[in-house]
Amino acid sequence: MDRFVFLTFDGLSRGAVYAAFALALVLIWRGARIVNFAQGAMAIATVYAAYSVTSATGSYWLGFGAALLCGLALGVLVERGVMRFVGHTSPLNAVIVALGLVLVIQAVLGMVYGNEFRPSEAPFSRTAFTVGGLAFLSRYDLFVFAAVVTLMVGLALLFTRTPVGLRLRAAAFAPEVSRLLGVNVAGMRTLAWALASAVGALAAMLVVPTGLGLHPTSMDLVFVTAFTAAVVGGLDSPLGAVAGGLAVGLLLSYVSGYAGAEMTPVAVLLLLLAVLLVRPSGLFSGVAARRV
Amino acid sequence: MRYTVVRHLALTLAAAAVLLALTYGLEPFRNYQLATAAAYLCATAGLTVLTGLSGQLSLGHGALMATGAYPVALAQNEFRDRDISGGWVLPVSLAIGVATALVAGLVVGLAAARLRGPYLAGVTLAVAVIVPALTTAFDSVFNGDQGLSVYIEPPPLSLGATFPYERWQAWIALTGALLTMFLLTNLVRSRYGRHFRAVRDDEVAARLAGINVARTQVLAFVVSAACAGLGGGLLAVLAQSVSPGAFSLTLSLFLVMAVVIGGLGRLAGAVWGALLLVLLPQASHSLTEALSLSPSAAQRLDGNLPLAIFGTTLVVVMLLAPGGIQGLLARLAGRFRPRPVTAPDHREVGTS
Repeated sequence: MDRFVFLTFDGLSRGAVYAAFALALVLIWRGARIVNFAQGAMAIATVYAAYSVTSATGSYWLGFGAALLCGLALGVLVERGVMRFVGHTSPLNAVIVALGLVLVIQAVLGMVYGNEFRPSEAPFSRTAFTVGGLAFLSRYDLFVFAAVVTLMVGLALLFTRTPVGLRLRAAAFAPEVSRLLGVNVAGMRTLAWALASAVGALAAMLVVPTGLGLHPTSMDLVFVTAFTAAVVGGLDSPLGAVAGGLAVGLLLSYVSGYAGAEMTPVAVLLLLLAVLLVRPSGLFSGVAARRV
Repeated sequence: MRYTVVRHLALTLAAAAVLLALTYGLEPFRNYQLATAAAYLCATAGLTVLTGLSGQLSLGHGALMATGAYPVALAQNEFRDRDISGGWVLPVSLAIGVATALVAGLVVGLAAARLRGPYLAGVTLAVAVIVPALTTAFDSVFNGDQGLSVYIEPPPLSLGATFPYERWQAWIALTGALLTMFLLTNLVRSRYGRHFRAVRDDEVAARLAGINVARTQVLAFVVSAACAGLGGGLLAVLAQSVSPGAFSLTLSLFLVMAVVIGGLGRLAGAVWGALLLVLLPQASHSLTEALSLSPSAAQRLDGNLPLAIFGTTLVVVMLLAPGGIQGLLARLAGRFRPRPVTAPDHREVGTS
């Protein structure tokens, strides 16, 4: 029972990060109908930027801010520089271009920082509080929850309560009509990419210190897991992404707790296959006809 | 139909004769490179059939190569432990590898046939990331990150005691590659190849014409996986070892890159892709050596420069010339030799 409680809290903490990363995927999917396969590589690039700033200034928080800013900038750069010019005739094109970006980003990181694992410091202790002999959360877990909840509330307010949010949603759902009504659709798409990239940066900043280590490819498995979370929730649904992220986090925590940490990748693959075969559009989205 | 087979057989034999002469002319290292390119060719040709002809993108072919390579390693070592030897041992091991990859391809293909676009890419990406991780999950069999060594018998004595080992490797790999190309060219020209293209171009029209879309897509995936498995098995034979690091996500992405740059939808493009996979890392290696950098900088550049070049090329080709090298060549050839106006029978995925 103790173990179950501990694994549940651990799973929720992991799940919060997956939820944030899945949310970044959903943001771009809704805005541009592209699954950003370069999300993981872009996010790890921002963590490297934070690493540089932190080692230069000695302050974790300056590095944290640098990662978010760098995320925004990278999102704009990728959208304006590359993704905007991808033909939309086949969904494969965007995927292939994103994969090219993955190779480029990982290569540049490898050239600048080298291909060895670097330790990544957590800003708070990662040892769990114990209450009456039960291990609960660590300070770091609380920080993760606080950061992710702030992010979710911020995004929800932005999308539902501000004029910019309204334009973002309009540009995503009816680009032609919005354009006629004077919405800068291309600008909104760039903004969606920037936001998503910053959200991805935040998620990567939170997940890298949890035993992942800083390496150009260390987000690969996180990306696959977050993609699974997004698919579980339905790529179209932000709430679904959050629920999917938490569900996947819990599942992985139980699997690694009861069956061994090396079995978690297998669990991710099986879950992804199962969800896609049973409900390809996700558990939280309505039924839609496949476009032919 | 029969004439097509005869023509392809003649072409294959001619290519075999040229390549045989080539292996005598090349120095050992070049022969090894030729062998590696031949092993890659099996995988890139399979991926071309899948992505270019049947329209399914697979980011997991590096992992499927691993499912062909590990059984070869296990089988070869098992044969050695039981003191079984002979000319038939290696082909049997490779066949076991191909069969394993075929089963893996069937499993992934059954799921893939129901998925489209980014979902399919996501599943195959998961396969690419997770299959190498399986080697640590079951490290009693696969020996984790260390991998396994592969026992390969020396070339038969009838070839002479001083027969260079690399030439023997090149013969093995080229035999596999030529066989793959021969079978695939015939498949592409057959009823099944037409079904692949019909499904790629318009699923609804294909279904109305009486084609079983799901079965066609699964078939394409299985064929493609079998080719990748053979390529992986050959790579294991060439390197005489298998390890998860050799079949990482990067390899899967390199394969996609190779078929896109070579030219999607054209088997000849797969040849260009396979050659690039071997020559570009080598070129970047000589470039870093020529730059005379400090050892650590050179090491960083050496491993990452090919990635950067591949990635940039992939993006640029996708944006500017979706037909790839073979598409450019075909366009150039078309400029000098005007053809009658007919409906093009190749429609690249990139532009359709």
